[in-house]
Amino acid sequence: MTTSPEATDSALFAALPEVDADAERRLHARLAGSAAEAGLLDVAYRTVDSPLGPLLLAATGEGLVRVAYAREDHDRVLAQLARQISPRVLRAPARLDVAAREIEEYFAGRRVGFDLALDLRLSAGFRRTVLVHLTDIAYGTTTSYAAVAAAAGNPRAVRAAGTACATNPLPVVVPCHRVVRSDGTLGQYAGGTDAKRSLLSLEALRADHAETGVPGSATRPEPA
Amino acid sequence: MFSVNQEPFEAIVQRHGPRVLRVCRAVVGPTAADDAWSETFLSALQAYPTLPAGSNVEAWLVTIAHRKAVDQVRGQSRRAVPTGDLPELASTGSGGPGGWESDLWAALKALPLRQRQTVAYHYLGGLPYADVATILGGTPQAARRAAADGIAALRRAYLTPEPDTRA
Repeated sequence: MTTSPEATDSALFAALPEVDADAERRLHARLAGSAAEAGLLDVAYRTVDSPLGPLLLAATGEGLVRVAYAREDHDRVLAQLARQISPRVLRAPARLDVAAREIEEYFAGRRVGFDLALDLRLSAGFRRTVLVHLTDIAYGTTTSYAAVAAAAGNPRAVRAAGTACATNPLPVVVPCHRVVRSDGTLGQYAGGTDAKRSLLSLEALRADHAETGVPGSATRPEPA
Repeated sequence: MFSVNQEPFEAIVQRHGPRVLRVCRAVVGPTAADDAWSETFLSALQAYPTLPAGSNVEAWLVTIAHRKAVDQVRGQSRRAVPTGDLPELASTGSGGPGGWESDLWAALKALPLRQRQTVAYHYLGGLPYADVATILGGTPQAARRAAADGIAALRRAYLTPEPDTRA
């Protein structure tokens, strides 16, 4: 029986672990910290659990730049961010702590607006103007694509307003889910129609709640 | 026009981080390896946007780690004032007695630096001798000899049971 010399020699190092999860976690956290300090953390990301599945959150030094549903494929979204912004992309939760907390509060019905710095660089021109105006749509209300087009300064650009909503890089936080078709149907949504319906129900429930003071359902915690 | 690497750097850390840590540990030991690894990946992150697409990322990282480790080894020998036998620094890692941080590291540390580097870059970094020679200077043949000498010395020191050395 023969063993290859390389294999035998590699066995010499069996005591030196090939994977050391504790050390890797510690070193990764240290790298994220020193990268941020050195101004090299161009895109930080983390995921946060939500009733609509895990959400990817990514931020530049300027603010939250991307929110993505799992159906958008988080790896694909990270690859896009690397191409569109910078390949200096690291999982670095610290920069996203506040965003993650606010999103959790939103899904728990304890938050009606986001107080976050946003980086809208992934959207340009009319689409970007639309996004800015979307943040004016109040929690628990809906509006039409036509109204959004008008608010963004081009009442005839209804289709373009729809595209701006469908390509919103910051779903949930920039509330494109509050824009519905004038025939009452929901319209496109990056997270899928079911996700859009869920968000509108969540907000309707909370908005009812605030007006009437009647508890929504027995399983919902009281809003703080 | 040249194309550059645009894969997220996080993927590079996930794919190569463990192996580079092993290389750093074998070259500078358990205590200094964390610093060497951290400096390696911070430098790599800085340079990453200009790394040409299709580069051998493993060789690139080991080359950076090599420079960082050399800086550390120099720093250590500058700090090591000859005051007779100093006790070994207590290990901060997780290896217990008999783990790599005692026996294997003691054997690695006893090797001449060049043998230790050659062994680490080839056997732990997975680089062919041609790449090892590029990093260390010299020919691939010389790198192969240094690695063979290093492995032989390690076998003697680490794998051969020593009869009764304490009696």
